[in-house]
Amino acid sequence: MIESNLNPEKACSRTLIDSGDYFIGNVKAGQTIRLLDLEGNQAADTLFFNANEPSERYSAMDTIRNQGNLYLTSGTVLRSNLNNRMLKISADTCGRHDTLGGACASESNTVRYDLDKRCMHACRDSWMLAIAEHPEFGISKRDIGHNINFFMNVPVTESGGLTFEDGISGPNKYVELKAEMDVVVLISNCPQLNNPCNGYNPTPIELLVWD
Amino acid sequence: MIQSIDYQTKIPAGGHWSLRARRGTILRLTDIMGGTNVGMLFYNPENLLERYNAPDTLKCQNTFKLTRGNCLYSDMGRIFASIIDDTLGWHETVCGNIQAEEVTERWGSRDYQKDRNAWHQNGHDAFLTELAKYGLSARDIVMNINWFSRVVSDQYGNIMLDKDHCRAGDQVMLRFEMDTLVLLHNCPHPLDLSETYPKSSISVELGTALPVEDNDFCMNFREENRRGFMNNNLYNLGR
Repeated sequence: MIESNLNPEKACSRTLIDSGDYFIGNVKAGQTIRLLDLEGNQAADTLFFNANEPSERYSAMDTIRNQGNLYLTSGTVLRSNLNNRMLKISADTCGRHDTLGGACASESNTVRYDLDKRCMHACRDSWMLAIAEHPEFGISKRDIGHNINFFMNVPVTESGGLTFEDGISGPNKYVELKAEMDVVVLISNCPQLNNPCNGYNPTPIELLVWD
Repeated sequence: MIQSIDYQTKIPAGGHWSLRARRGTILRLTDIMGGTNVGMLFYNPENLLERYNAPDTLKCQNTFKLTRGNCLYSDMGRIFASIIDDTLGWHETVCGNIQAEEVTERWGSRDYQKDRNAWHQNGHDAFLTELAKYGLSARDIVMNINWFSRVVSDQYGNIMLDKDHCRAGDQVMLRFEMDTLVLLHNCPHPLDLSETYPKSSISVELGTALPVEDNDFCMNFREENRRGFMNNNLYNLGR
């Protein structure tokens, strides 16, 4: 775990993202972003795209393969589907973030919980609305890959199990990333009410950006 | 489970192929020499935006490995295929494909002029070649399945490929639960550090499945799979 020495009062932007809402915006190479878990135990389902060519995007499998490790934390380099460096995690007070569990979707909710839960709000629907409302970013459903779940704890066991544990995050824990290329960040602040990924109580997060 | 085997072929090391498997088709893969890896991706031929989703497959079944009983889900909550038989007990689906530069570093570059069809093909380019036949590209690559490969994780998340996992004759058998575009390659696993480029061919058999009964092993493997089959039934209403 590495703490940051960046001062929130000197951030060039601060954005509150309520649960169930999305954020989409540009981050320039060299800028640092912080995702702040305000009340703890929240999941921030996050995708990154090359701002100049959005068909290049964050790739979980390339990131995992290059670092030889399933979990994301300080030092992790986020790789693209073209195996390029996109961002590096520069600080992390949570300790571990998931990139295997994917995002909740109304369709997978029908399988995981009940066919009649298809109309409960889900992260992928937030992304779909985001790309529909913001065609200027040039992102379509083809480009929606496998995301990062910041603050989410999904341990893999030695016998090959995958478990969704209560979060290891807490109030005011954060993760910081320094962009190594111009990127678009797309975040769904997870609205899931059916599992402990956000303690059955989705809460707001804050996004801070420093030049 | 099987009504008939209707076709058999071999895919050599470094080979790739794609085919449309209709609902009710059996696909059996056999490692002929041992130590192989087969990358595979699924798309819905009626809507190529619907594709295999490894995270949904894993989280819907609370598993990191794939074996008999597991179903392979699309991002739309439907089941492309069920694993109806498996001699290995573990196949992985998170490490992706080996890249050209990794192949070059480990075993020398891909060189058709010198090696002809024994060239050192890589999984990423193999998929790009097959994807292009359907108007798809690198944008459409998602986490694939690596059949025959066991990757384990320690408690800190460090991953390791088990090179002694797969022996000659090991098999895995799929039954397609909806019409599926199948892409496959027989290229080395990305974590394979063998001294020479792996040489094992695989046998691919296609056949016809018996109808899915209510006591089906895969459908009853987890209650989630029963709901997945219900989503498939909804998709096929009126047929």
